[in-house]
Amino acid sequence: MRKLILGFLIITVWSACKSNSGTKMPLPIFGSREPVSKTVDGKTVVDTIYQTIPKFKFVNQYGDSISNKSLDGDIYVADFFFTTCPSICPIMARNMLKVYDTYKSNGNFKIISHSIDPKHDSVLVLKKYADKLGVTGNTWWFLQGKKEDTYAIAEKSYLVAVKSDSAAAGGYVHAGYFVLVDKQKRIRGAYDGTDPKQVDQLIEDIKTLQAEPDENIVQ
Amino acid sequence: MKFKITDAILLMPTLFFIVSCQSDESLEFKRYYSIGAEVYQARCQNCHGANGQGLSALIPPLTDSVYLKNNKTSLPCYIRSGLKGAIIVNGKTFDDAMPAAGLSSMQIAQVLTYVGNSFGNKIGTINQDQVEADLKNCK
Repeated sequence: MRKLILGFLIITVWSACKSNSGTKMPLPIFGSREPVSKTVDGKTVVDTIYQTIPKFKFVNQYGDSISNKSLDGDIYVADFFFTTCPSICPIMARNMLKVYDTYKSNGNFKIISHSIDPKHDSVLVLKKYADKLGVTGNTWWFLQGKKEDTYAIAEKSYLVAVKSDSAAAGGYVHAGYFVLVDKQKRIRGAYDGTDPKQVDQLIEDIKTLQAEPDENIVQ
Repeated sequence: MKFKITDAILLMPTLFFIVSCQSDESLEFKRYYSIGAEVYQARCQNCHGANGQGLSALIPPLTDSVYLKNNKTSLPCYIRSGLKGAIIVNGKTFDDAMPAAGLSSMQIAQVLTYVGNSFGNKIGTINQDQVEADLKNCK
């Protein structure tokens, strides 16, 4: 939770700075970081190791096994949903479709939507959902797997709150964030997936990220 | 201050004229429609969209005037108890379930008046009495 609040603060401050300056600023890097000293050509240099999305393994709507390796070299957007969600998911899907339509013919870009209700959202259910949404090909994957794995990656890695709650509509509460991850698997932005303006910003930021030189890649 | 009072006195007959010009019917429509818009935003818009556009093949749009007209007396039942099974809207089949909205008969009348007269529809006022009569005949 504290991380989430910190993330909020960073976004607020960052967007405040951004609107004041006309030049395009590089996107911030979220998560914890630690400096490491290493020796290069006899000199000691300090490098920074950033928090990255760790290894994972899920199954997509085609029944294919999807791991962190499947996203190597890709910029991607991650979110959490469930197909029977009556509250914010349809708005999120509507907004994510915009992102999908903008970048679907673009290489090295993916969207992964994790189901937080894998018991109901089987591979078959996810495939049907994708079909009805009009999603084809391999740009947008709907993933399911062990519930505890999904919840753990949501909270610890993507810093998005998810939990079961029988009192909430549909039985779950979850934050409708779209999390932007770069090619080095670092979090570069979090956007309210229910707010069309923030989603437009996400579409803009993906472009900025695509323009970033690849030489930054360390991991 | 003096100016404002004279202004108000001058304006009064005009206002009176405007108000008296509107029939009771149109006033009722406006009341239903404007509150219906709020009900729609709070309870329907997430899924059906700000412009009643629906969502791909998952959620039907609310722009099919013929469907609304043909199902006018069933619509209150759908809103109250939800809807399961396939329906055809704008020539496309939709077969996902709609959850019950949990609205009162008054709110159902208001939201139906809003939807029935937005997004290109023109069905007129659907008042509480009609809705209550329709609700008695729900299957």
